[in-house]
Amino acid sequence: MKTIEGKVVLLGSQGVGKTSLIGRYIGNFDNVSPTIGASFFNCKLNLGDMKIKLHVWDTAGQERFRSMAPMYYRNANAAMLVFDLTQYNSFAAIKGWVKELQQNVEDTMVLAVIGNKSDLHQRQVDGEEGQKYATSIGATYHEISVLHNEGVETVFLAIAKGLLRMVSDNTDITSVKIFDSSSFFNGDGMPLLPSVEESPQNTSIAHGILEKPFTCC
Amino acid sequence: MAAKESAVETIDDGIAEPGIEPGASSETMLVTTDSFDEYEQEMSSSIDGDRQMKESTGSTISEIQEDSTQDIPISASPQESGKTLSLDDAEMDDVAHRLGQSNIDGDPLRCKAWLAQKKHIFILSQAGKPIYSRYSSEDKLVTVMGVMQALVSFVQAGSDMIRSVHAGDTNFVFVVKGPLILVAVSKTLESVPQLTLQLTYVYNQIISVLTQSQLNRVYDQRRNFDLRRLLTGSERLIDHLLNFMDREPAFFLGAIKCLPLLPSMRSSITQTIIQTCAKIKNLVFAILLANNQLVTLVRMNKFFLHPMDLHIIQNLVDSSESLKTAESWTPICLPKFDSNGYMHGHVSYLSEDCQACLLLLTVDRDVFFVLSDAKQKIVEKLRRTNCLEAINESMNKPTITTADIGLPDMRHVLYKCKSTAQFWNPGFQPPYTTDEEIERLLGLYQCLHHRLHSPSRPLKLIFQQLDKETMLAWVASGFELYVTFEPLVTKPDAIEAVSKLLKWIKKEEERLFILNSPTF
Repeated sequence: MKTIEGKVVLLGSQGVGKTSLIGRYIGNFDNVSPTIGASFFNCKLNLGDMKIKLHVWDTAGQERFRSMAPMYYRNANAAMLVFDLTQYNSFAAIKGWVKELQQNVEDTMVLAVIGNKSDLHQRQVDGEEGQKYATSIGATYHEISVLHNEGVETVFLAIAKGLLRMVSDNTDITSVKIFDSSSFFNGDGMPLLPSVEESPQNTSIAHGILEKPFTCC
Repeated sequence: MAAKESAVETIDDGIAEPGIEPGASSETMLVTTDSFDEYEQEMSSSIDGDRQMKESTGSTISEIQEDSTQDIPISASPQESGKTLSLDDAEMDDVAHRLGQSNIDGDPLRCKAWLAQKKHIFILSQAGKPIYSRYSSEDKLVTVMGVMQALVSFVQAGSDMIRSVHAGDTNFVFVVKGPLILVAVSKTLESVPQLTLQLTYVYNQIISVLTQSQLNRVYDQRRNFDLRRLLTGSERLIDHLLNFMDREPAFFLGAIKCLPLLPSMRSSITQTIIQTCAKIKNLVFAILLANNQLVTLVRMNKFFLHPMDLHIIQNLVDSSESLKTAESWTPICLPKFDSNGYMHGHVSYLSEDCQACLLLLTVDRDVFFVLSDAKQKIVEKLRRTNCLEAINESMNKPTITTADIGLPDMRHVLYKCKSTAQFWNPGFQPPYTTDEEIERLLGLYQCLHHRLHSPSRPLKLIFQQLDKETMLAWVASGFELYVTFEPLVTKPDAIEAVSKLLKWIKKEEERLFILNSPTF
């Protein structure tokens, strides 16, 4: 049995439900107050005979934290781009985030575009438009309702599958950690720092490819 | 009004310095201040406040950072200090125009409930742009804020500074700080210095979110910047702070309350934190809070925490439910410590079964996982040594009352130890069981506090018989004491009760206060 560890970052405008989404997934759904800075969560899930460990950084959506985001998406293997289906602005903001990621993250990344609040009726973002955009950047597209707990599991599964595929397609991806359970002592793996330190592989010229391929699942 | 009918007398001859200072210690981890320091600073900073603020660029944080990888923006040179504002004709026309439009739908100024609120707080920019209002959406108040800005800039034009306006039972208090104007409109009995202090707290809350340098920078770039863009999500911090100040004596006392703990337990907790964190570089403060009371505070040698900064931290913890469910990595600026830079805080609750909040504050932004590991180790050790249990026990125990201590005439008391900036108060007992009564009692304490510390005529001792209670307030060399008695208590009985109380506090001091000042 193998274990895969990856760093995931949650991005999106304020109030779209990033903290609620992760809260719902780990079973701690409550009325949340705005995140200050960022919060860190560990999630584990199984895919077939693989164990997937996600280190999730839930970032704050407010403008004043925008400049801190690189700390969290640097070295990330996956990004959940969350928007509010009833706020077109929040969807437009996703595009800004994707551009920023494409410019600043060199490794391939698993992307998921997630429209939250499908339980509300004043929808402003067309499902087709969302799907089309997601496809264009090689991301999966999800419409979910955190409130009604609809689609939350699917999002995390999609991320996990994406990581798995990325690892099997691209054997030179080094930022995703793969362990054999027999040799891997759970919880002792080096965590993925939100740090300026980059592993030497990331700085090598071999990775300075201009075109940044994004894996889709 | 009760105060008017009361007999005030000083009883200098009846009460002597007790010779004991319960809770006193030569070691302190907090900066000790007089609660009115802020006010005096505010008064003296007056017109060239701008300049002072811009000049204070010495950054404590960069001092700590050996390798200054983080760029702390240094605020602009004091070039604009002498600038005064004037209303030009266009602006005047604008104000007049807006005034004419004031009777729009949903105008709070026409709403009785809004007008009846006891204490309004407004924040606006020097350009008159609304930023915050306590009881209504600020953008409905453009006209009122325009008037406030006009008042401030009119007085500024005469190289002077507006402090307060008094109309009937309403006080209008102004604080102009940096690029912001803060206004309190209050019908409470709080004095001008006390309201000024509260506005300063509100300002510090904003600094804590944005830093002084960022605040100055955005307004240097654009005078009519809409600060609400940067403050979104932080209004609740200001709301919470204002309610907090209405029910917590800690703010006007300028002091911190500690969670009562056996000294051996507290020292064991402190040692655990010190041992676990000793090797972590750049860790400045470790703070453990339970029920908003201080369990322990470990600091880096040379650096002290100001009670005001600790209050801001308490406000953050108390108002952020989301801190309970995850480990957070939170940038926080401590205005008294260094108003120009962020500290990074690893914030988490100890465990599901022990709701005490641990904050590890560092100047290093890349050590989240180091601190996260340290926290895990601290919790494990605390669990093994039964410290978690001890914290829980103290958190869940009903607060001791003066009746429990054996002082039947005494209803309630505030005791502040000056040398350590810590205070203690017992639990409320009847008749102070409803919110209104508690608020009324705190109001009485604030009146006494003001009279003891009145800048023009400070008093040492007040014994005052009111309608519903008798109050005693006393500033001794080592402490401040505010006592509420049954209304018919006699003076000798009151004095005897006070000395009994002081003896009790002295006996319990090691449990009620933190008497040492641990460092990493």
